[in-house]
Amino acid sequence: MSARVGVVTFPGSLDDRDAGRAIELAGGEYVPLWHGDRDLKQVDAVVLPGGFSYGDYLRAGAIARFAPVMDLVIDQAKAGLPVLGICNGFQVLCESHLLPGVLVRNNHLHFICRDQRLRIENAATAWTSDYETDQEVVIPLKNMEGGFVAADHTLDELEAEGRIVARYLDVNPNGSRRDIAGITNAAGNIVGLMPHPEHAVESLTGPGTDGLAFFTSVLKALVAA
Amino acid sequence: MTRHVDTVEDAAGSPDVVQPYAELGLKDDEYARIRDILGRRPTSAELAMYSVMWSEHCSYKSSKVHLSQFGEKKPETDTLLVGIGENAGVVDIGQGWAVTFKVESHNHPSYVEPYQGAATGIGGIVRDILSMGARPVAVMDPLRFGPADHPDTRRVLPGVVAGIGGYGNCLGLPNIGGEIVFDPSYLGNPLVNALCVGTMRHEDIHLASAKGVGNLIVLYGAKTGGDGIGGVSVLASETFDADGPAKRPSVQVGDPFMEKLLIECTLEVLHAGLVEGIQDLGGAGLSCATSELASNGDGGMHVWLDRVPLRDATLTPEEILMSESQERMCAVVSPQHIDSFLAICARWDVTATVIGEVAAGDRLHVQWHGQTIVDVPPRTVAHDGPVYERPYARPEWLDALQADDPKRLARPRTDEELRDTFLRMVASPNLASKSWVTSQYDRYVLGNTVLSYPEDGGVVRVDDETGLGIALSTDCNGRFAKLDPYAGAQLALAEAYRNVATTGAKPLAVTNCLNFGSPEDPDVMWQFSEAVRGLADGCLQLGIPVTGGNVSFYNQTADMAIHPTPVVGVLGVIEDVERRTSMALRNTDDVLLLLGETRDEFGGSEWAHEVHAHLGGLPPHVDLEAERSLANVLTDGASRGLFTAAHDVSDGGIAQTVVEMASRGGHGARISVATDDAFVFLFAESTARAIVAVAAKDVESLSTLARTHGVPCARIGVVTEATRESAEAAIEFVDRFSVTLAELAKASESTLPALFG
Repeated sequence: MSARVGVVTFPGSLDDRDAGRAIELAGGEYVPLWHGDRDLKQVDAVVLPGGFSYGDYLRAGAIARFAPVMDLVIDQAKAGLPVLGICNGFQVLCESHLLPGVLVRNNHLHFICRDQRLRIENAATAWTSDYETDQEVVIPLKNMEGGFVAADHTLDELEAEGRIVARYLDVNPNGSRRDIAGITNAAGNIVGLMPHPEHAVESLTGPGTDGLAFFTSVLKALVAA
Repeated sequence: MTRHVDTVEDAAGSPDVVQPYAELGLKDDEYARIRDILGRRPTSAELAMYSVMWSEHCSYKSSKVHLSQFGEKKPETDTLLVGIGENAGVVDIGQGWAVTFKVESHNHPSYVEPYQGAATGIGGIVRDILSMGARPVAVMDPLRFGPADHPDTRRVLPGVVAGIGGYGNCLGLPNIGGEIVFDPSYLGNPLVNALCVGTMRHEDIHLASAKGVGNLIVLYGAKTGGDGIGGVSVLASETFDADGPAKRPSVQVGDPFMEKLLIECTLEVLHAGLVEGIQDLGGAGLSCATSELASNGDGGMHVWLDRVPLRDATLTPEEILMSESQERMCAVVSPQHIDSFLAICARWDVTATVIGEVAAGDRLHVQWHGQTIVDVPPRTVAHDGPVYERPYARPEWLDALQADDPKRLARPRTDEELRDTFLRMVASPNLASKSWVTSQYDRYVLGNTVLSYPEDGGVVRVDDETGLGIALSTDCNGRFAKLDPYAGAQLALAEAYRNVATTGAKPLAVTNCLNFGSPEDPDVMWQFSEAVRGLADGCLQLGIPVTGGNVSFYNQTADMAIHPTPVVGVLGVIEDVERRTSMALRNTDDVLLLLGETRDEFGGSEWAHEVHAHLGGLPPHVDLEAERSLANVLTDGASRGLFTAAHDVSDGGIAQTVVEMASRGGHGARISVATDDAFVFLFAESTARAIVAVAAKDVESLSTLARTHGVPCARIGVVTEATRESAEAAIEFVDRFSVTLAELAKASESTLPALFG
């Protein structure tokens, strides 16, 4: 039986079906979750997808964090449920205080869409175990509010604890501090990532298939558990 | 409501009231005709409706007599499921799938307010596609601006690009291509055209008609506000309330988040079978939606206008009828389905209100708090507007322009001069990399983008299981159309057709956005009539029907009209997107071949424009039979997997084609110029040409294929190894000159960032 991975659709979510396709290509079962339902449908893991939930009104992710479904996601994530927040999902995780820091408008003030080279620095999380440590990958990036910002002591702590999941290589596309593209919580079950691995799962439609391992990682972790 | 409204009863009783029809853009005879139709003076609400529906923008009154050629000269085809006249035409692409696509202009709003003008241009065309029952799957933007280094271009372009990105990205539609052209003729009149394409199963096609007495008219989406009212504010200020708010914004403001909800909500109610007819609200707002739904249906409709949810409670009924507030739709729903319909809207947090019903008879009645303010035959508003046969005549200046042959221009002779020209062309604003613009657009969302800008055409997967896909390209060279509008329109068609075929797709159907100056100028009207005639004849010859389009007139400042710019969009189908052809050179030692014939043709060319600021002579020779043969080679070759890369030859000639193939693929090319005239070889813009890369073992097969179709095929070089870091030649013209990838990248990629930041 394949693992069931839920993808939450908020009003304004855009990459929800794409995340679903990535889960299926990785061999999992895609379970659509609705923002207004207090029901996680017994999924084994959750993806908070990219997009502009609630139109990014107020602040990206700030309203989605209060959606009924998020009460359950927050509780279960704290209890170990694997959760991956991609782009807007990363913003929701920060607004939910499941991850530290905040994402601010790109330093050049333009939306940016590019094939981004990354280094996977932590290959021990629930979502990155199928990578090698320090593996270099190419994954599309597309955001307006992608600059990761946190206090110096928080950044020091993240680095000291090995909680930087991925860093930008070649160019820092959005002004993120210390080139941070993704981080994890101390337990390694919650990962926030600004680039979009679900858009690098087929060589036909992406720059390659480097993103697929995010989804195969969690499926393997679930089988092993 | 204490304010007095102008009712039908008032109108009947006060025939001599002076009405501001001229300020609303109606001519004396048009106003007289409205009085004839109604047998009395119109109420101010009726006057507002007629004035906006009989405007050039809504009624096509100057273009109609010419546009009928697209129907009269329609090629024999069974691919059209829905033809011209609906919100957008629908094309059968096989396997039970249908595609609808359309391009529209938002030129004037984008000049006034670049961000919102461009954003709402996307919003409007997306709703057109949605109202056919299709899921929108991609957008494209053909854009034209004044000189790249002009301060006004610096004002307009960044706002337009941010608006397209801000709206399209937030809506979740990939932007897969388009055009960015700079020319002095567009200074003060930028062209912002927007194309949307949508897909659906055959059974999901819906039309805009209100049938079945007792069925309900539901307005859903955003609340109605005071934006986009424009000229109608004369009514409010002059007729009723001279002290009221004098000016309302004439450019609409978009909310892509609401549009995203509207898309999902609309597709859900359509697929649940809850909708009898559907119409988007765009230009002319509720006036257009109600009169068109009624006119296309049984004819009778009753509307309670005071039920319309408002953002601004002070709006007058005339303003509500005219408001072009964005993100609104109108559906016709039977009473037994209304609860389910409203429940789905509620689930998506979309406001939905029953504002009327289909009524017996053939009149459109609009009531405002119990008083009748509109009582008209809807067809007279929506479809039987005025039709003009505007005078037109071949411009007197055209002979002199065509006689000014570019052969008189100084050409580069030495290899050093050729190299300088080569690098100058690569760096010119029209040929330079557009990634400063396109990196602000999401090309990945929905996960089906197979090819996107800068490829020849955008390619989108339609069916995950079978790999069925579509390709799209929009093109137009306004300089060619200025020199000869008949040929210019056919050259636009030829290029879009060729681009689609270059990706490996079979061209199927055509849409267009005809951007011209004032139809009241006989020179412009002649350009228009020639362009339409050229396009209709061309489509007939190539066997691909026009499915719809849009006309934008009055793109001129004082006496200076833009170059005639008939933007042509061609849609193609590809059976398996795995077989698409990219322009990127991939494999070292592959052989490069030129398909087609190169002639000494420089009229309207990029070289004449960039180096000499010259426009004169005749455009390149049009040969649609040669285009068809070339397309057959390109699509046959792609389906047999012969090509490792292919790219059409157009603006900038072979030089530019090779540069783009090399840069895109991170490879080099060694080219032998097998003619004495290297300049013509490199820069001429003869049509019906493409460069293809094939593995050495496949050269013979390709030669045979080309011969079968009668297409000239010449080996011109090979693909070489190259990296950006290397100082070695990346593009080498044997015995002439060479450049490195780093030099190319610097020339091509620094132009737009240097201009726009």
